[in-house]
Amino acid sequence: MTAVASPSATATGRGARLARRAFVVRELGIGLALVLLVTVTYLANPRFLTAQNIKDLLLGSAILAILAVGQAIVVITRNVDLSVGSILGLSAFATGSVFVASPGLPIPVVVLLGLAFGAVLGTVNGGLIAAARVPALVVTLGTLYVFRGVDYMWAQGRQINAADMPSGFLRMGSAAMAGLPVLALFAVVVLVAVGYYLRHFRSGRELYAIGSEPAAARLYGIPTGRRVFAAFVASGALAGLAGVLHAARFGTLDANAGLGSELNVVAAVVVGGVAIFGGSGSVYGAALGAVLLTTIRAALPVLGINPFWQDAAVGVLILAAIGLDRALSARVGRSLRERKSSHG
Amino acid sequence: MARLRAVGSWDAVVVIALVAVSIIGALAIEGVGDPRFWRFVTLEAIPIALIALPMTLIVITGEIDLSVASVLGLTCTVMGQLWVSGVTSLPLLIAISLLLGAALGAVNGLFITGFGLPSLAVTIGTLALYRGLAYVVLGDRAVANYPPEWTTAAIKPIPGTTIAWMILVVAALAVLFGLVLHATPIGRGLYAMGNNAEAAHFAGVKVGLTKFWLFVASGVMSALAGLFWTLRFASARADNGIGLELAVVAAVLLGGVSIFGGRGALLGVFAAVALLGVMRNGLQLAYVPANTLTVITGSLLIASVVGPNVVGVLRERLRSRRRRRRSTAPTVTPTT
Repeated sequence: MTAVASPSATATGRGARLARRAFVVRELGIGLALVLLVTVTYLANPRFLTAQNIKDLLLGSAILAILAVGQAIVVITRNVDLSVGSILGLSAFATGSVFVASPGLPIPVVVLLGLAFGAVLGTVNGGLIAAARVPALVVTLGTLYVFRGVDYMWAQGRQINAADMPSGFLRMGSAAMAGLPVLALFAVVVLVAVGYYLRHFRSGRELYAIGSEPAAARLYGIPTGRRVFAAFVASGALAGLAGVLHAARFGTLDANAGLGSELNVVAAVVVGGVAIFGGSGSVYGAALGAVLLTTIRAALPVLGINPFWQDAAVGVLILAAIGLDRALSARVGRSLRERKSSHG
Repeated sequence: MARLRAVGSWDAVVVIALVAVSIIGALAIEGVGDPRFWRFVTLEAIPIALIALPMTLIVITGEIDLSVASVLGLTCTVMGQLWVSGVTSLPLLIAISLLLGAALGAVNGLFITGFGLPSLAVTIGTLALYRGLAYVVLGDRAVANYPPEWTTAAIKPIPGTTIAWMILVVAALAVLFGLVLHATPIGRGLYAMGNNAEAAHFAGVKVGLTKFWLFVASGVMSALAGLFWTLRFASARADNGIGLELAVVAAVLLGGVSIFGGRGALLGVFAAVALLGVMRNGLQLAYVPANTLTVITGSLLIASVVGPNVVGVLRERLRSRRRRRRSTAPTVTPTT
């Protein structure tokens, strides 16, 4: 290595390390906020951390976390999927209907069916966005209405009750394995798999490249259309899975399952430090965001705060998260610039 | 120039669709086109139209405001709480509500232009925050005991017609917004910053300041819609107008405004608001379940973005084929 090359090499090395540290700080911050919230609530009321309550918290976060992981994949590519609530609803009702039609179906088959069904709906989104080159916000707002409308038409005011579904399936919605609720295990598996893929696979890294600068990614030779398409299929599949789990957990299904949950999911992703304009953040952060949102809702009544403050607290949290993220990236940007200018 | 013509034609498409749907509806469905029908269409369209006015301008600058329905809800509950606690002067209530809307919009504007945060994320945050505060103010209570003369005054028809007089307020405001957007340097600045904020800044457009005031305007108009909502339904509740933001955004986009900014016109948006209202009420009279309309709204929305793109691609292909033919024309005699 020549003397001329070495300063710039260390500069970029240090810059990368700095950027990586910012990445860790982001997740750490959310984790810290979560720990702080749990500690304060626990000190105020030790019953907050009973085994049952922890189980309820994990159960409550699991479905939101799975949706948030799917949403994060899409948001990282500088897109957004507003149709996830409707996909969840449609998939949940489909799950119920499958059981009504053939009660003997093994549970794993139903889970796979839900994933596949969600993936098909995601294909509609991804196809329109990637092939017709139209903005994701508009398309998924459209499919939010279309999928929900189809759901209403299909249900026609009917309700599928717990009695229509096998008890083994419903038990999956509340059972625990090694202390962890089965639904939370689903969420962990999804999280680790997607997290590993995004970090260690070439196509996973390319999603970040697309999100930080789509034009440059295209020039570099990344098949942006195909990658974005795949991101929407993945988001749809995970929303489909969430629908199956929703059916297992709640037992009673009408066409309103997951109504209005899309903004909650986007909120979890944003709180989790995934930049809304793509290119940065991780699915771990998004999942932590989902847990944090769920915990806040559960903690307020325990802290003796009027539960009507829930939504307001979530709103403040979102604003704080994006403000913090902004300050952090501004600082990283500034020190990267300073390094560069001191060497140049 | 080609782009300008394309925008004009989309406005025309929506207007023609509106006229066609109205005529076909009036011929095919009993009750559509009756004076009573138009009364319901306009009553329903008024709040959406009020919010769609500033939303159009905001989307043209490349931003979005998802907190509008929560501003509406919070205004409703504050007005209700004030009425319960003894503020009985209607002008005072109106003034406080509009000021509140302006303040809520200013908070959005401050976060977006002052701190440079993305409007999509900020207004999702304030969507939750404002709706949450609405619950804090009224909880699950409803305030419904307004003086009947207020509630009838809000929906009183224009003499000689069945259409609520509020539509005149909407029309006046539409003219105002339309003039600002289409006939002033401010309006041209909005298009400029929607196309390229940096270039607009260097051209002397005050990007931050303009956007800030747009969000204030959005807050005020949402508060006005909240006032109307409260008096029309004679009910202030924390969940008033929940989910309305997506209906407004849908109407704006269907009206031909580009979500990326820089493109769109008020005429198309107004036609889209009316089109959705006529279809919803018409299909209800035809006993078509409301959820069919949900599917139609969504499909129209998708068609409104996919359609022009497909047309654009086809036109491009046609043009390149023509060019190819022209370049080969001297050597090859056309066989057809």
